[in-house]
Amino acid sequence: MKLEYDLVIIGGGPAGLAAALEAEKNGVENILLLERDKYLGGILFQCIHNGFGLQYFKEDLTGPEYADRFITQINNHKIDIKTETMVVKITPNKQIIALNRNDGLLCIKARAIVLAMGCRERTREAIAIAGSRPAGIFTAGTAQRYINIEGYMPGREVVILGSGDIGMIMARRMTLEGARVKAVLEIMPFSTGLTRNKVQCLDDFDIPLRFNHTITRIEGEKRVEKVTIAQVDKNLQVIPGTEEEISCDTILLSVGLIPENELTKEVGIKLDPITGGPIVNENRETEIEGIFACGNVLQVYDLADYVSEEGEIVGKVAKEYLMGKRRYRSQSVKIIPGENIGYVVPQHIDFLVPDRKKIKLFMRVKKPEERVRINLIDDKGKVLSSYKKGIVTPGEMESVYLPEVLLKDRLKSLTVSVGKEDKEQR
Amino acid sequence: MEEKEIVCVSCPMGCRMTVQAKEGDIISITGNDCPKGIEYAKEEFTNPLRILPTTVRVIGGELPLVSVKTEKAIPKGLLLKAMAEIAEIEVKAPIKIGQVIKDDLIGTGVSLVATRNIKRANSNLLSYKVLK
Repeated sequence: MKLEYDLVIIGGGPAGLAAALEAEKNGVENILLLERDKYLGGILFQCIHNGFGLQYFKEDLTGPEYADRFITQINNHKIDIKTETMVVKITPNKQIIALNRNDGLLCIKARAIVLAMGCRERTREAIAIAGSRPAGIFTAGTAQRYINIEGYMPGREVVILGSGDIGMIMARRMTLEGARVKAVLEIMPFSTGLTRNKVQCLDDFDIPLRFNHTITRIEGEKRVEKVTIAQVDKNLQVIPGTEEEISCDTILLSVGLIPENELTKEVGIKLDPITGGPIVNENRETEIEGIFACGNVLQVYDLADYVSEEGEIVGKVAKEYLMGKRRYRSQSVKIIPGENIGYVVPQHIDFLVPDRKKIKLFMRVKKPEERVRINLIDDKGKVLSSYKKGIVTPGEMESVYLPEVLLKDRLKSLTVSVGKEDKEQR
Repeated sequence: MEEKEIVCVSCPMGCRMTVQAKEGDIISITGNDCPKGIEYAKEEFTNPLRILPTTVRVIGGELPLVSVKTEKAIPKGLLLKAMAEIAEIEVKAPIKIGQVIKDDLIGTGVSLVATRNIKRANSNLLSYKVLK
C-alpha cells in the first residue's frame, strides 16, 4: 500500500473535491483524498434543495446534483480516494495519522496537505438554554439528515431558533412534510440568512420570523412540550415581562456553524478568533508552509459555489508550492478589518506573482448598512480603491477584488473599511 | 384595486416593492431599485413559480429515500398538492440521477426527476425496510 503522496487532502466535501480536481489539472501527480464518511460529497447530499451552482455552473442545481458533477469527474481521474477513513492527527513535518477498517492505523507522508474538514453546527450547549433535557431538540442539520437521507420525521409542531439558511430551509422542508412550524426566532434585528431563503422558505408558507427574540426556557418531561420565548434589547439581554409560551414538540437550532479545526489546532497552527479558521495568506496557506486550508474549515461560507472556488485556488497553488516556484514579497501585507468589517480572508498577502492581476478578498460586515462603499486603505490612510455596494449585511458574504498594481513594494498593511457612499465619492 | 407587497430576491438588496393591480392587471410597481425588480415583481404577481425539491421512498435501495425535484418550476399554490401525490410514490432501486420518477406531476405537465444515484442494497441485512 502506498504511504507517500505529494498532496493529501483531508475531507471529501465541496472544498476537498475541487482542490483535488484542480491540483490534478495543474499537474500534481500523487494525490490522496481522505474522507471519514462512506461517500464523497460532504453535506451536499442532505441539502436536497436547489440554489446550488448558480455562480459556479450558471445553473440552478440541487445539492446532490452539484456534488455529482464533481464526484463523476473525480472518478475519472487518477486520484486515490479512501472513504470511511478518519484522520486523527497531523504533524508539522506533514505526516498524517489516519484510521480505517481495512488498513487499520495508517501513517501517511505528504509533501503538502490541504485541510478541507468543513464545519459543524453549534448545539444547545454552545448557546446555553435553561430548562429540562427532553427529547425533541435537534440542530437543523441533524433534522435535515433525518428527513432527507434516513427518512424519519423529527416532529410535528416546531419552533426554530436562528434564521440562518439551514434553519429557514428546514422550516420549509418540515412544512412540506406536514409539520407545523410555529415560529422562527432570531435574536438579532436582522436575518442572518439569504433574502432568497427568507422569501421562498418563510414568506411562501406564512411562517412568522420574529426578530429580537430568543428561547429562554425549554420544558418537557420526556419530550419537548413547550418553550418560553422572550424579546431581547439592543445588548441581546432578555426584556423582563415580554415572555410568552409556545407549545411544541420539536426545537430546531440554527445558531451558527463552527469550522472544524481540531487537527489544525493540534498541529500548532494559529486560528483567527473571529473566523474560527486558520490564519492564511492569499494562497490559503497556513503558518506552516505547505499546509493549506479551504472551504468552511477556513471561514463559513453562504454558498457551496464559493467553497468550490476556494478549493480551486488551493489546488492551483499546491502545484506551485510542490515545484518550489514561489517568490516571497520583501514584506508581507497585513489585511486589517476596519470600520464595520468583522473579518477578511486572506489575512495577509505574501507572494510576488508576475502575471497575477487581482486578488479576491472575502469579508463579512458586522451590521447591515445601506448605500455604502467598501474602501481599501493603505498604511498611510490613503484610499487606494473603493467599491460601491447598495447594501451590506452580515448574512451575505462580501467580496472585492484587490488589483495587483496597488500592492506597492513597501506596503505593510491594507485596511478594509465600510464608508458612507457620499463621503468617499471621488 | 388590489395591492401586494413583494420582496425582490434578485440580489441582496431585497427591495420591498408594492404592486398595484386592477382585476388582475398590473397598474404600477413601486419600490424597486433597478429594472430586475420590475421583472421579478411581474412574474411573482401574475404567476409565482417554484422548483419543488423533496424525497421519494425507495424499495431495495442502499438508502431508504432518493432526493427528487420538479424538472421545471411549478405554480407556488400547487406545492402542497404535489407533495400529497409524491407521498404515494415508491420507486425501485437502482436509480440514476436525472431518471424520471413521475411524469406529469398533478397534471402540471412537469416531470419529477431523481437528483442522485441510488444503488441496490447489496445484502438483505443492510437494506432498509419501509415500515407501513
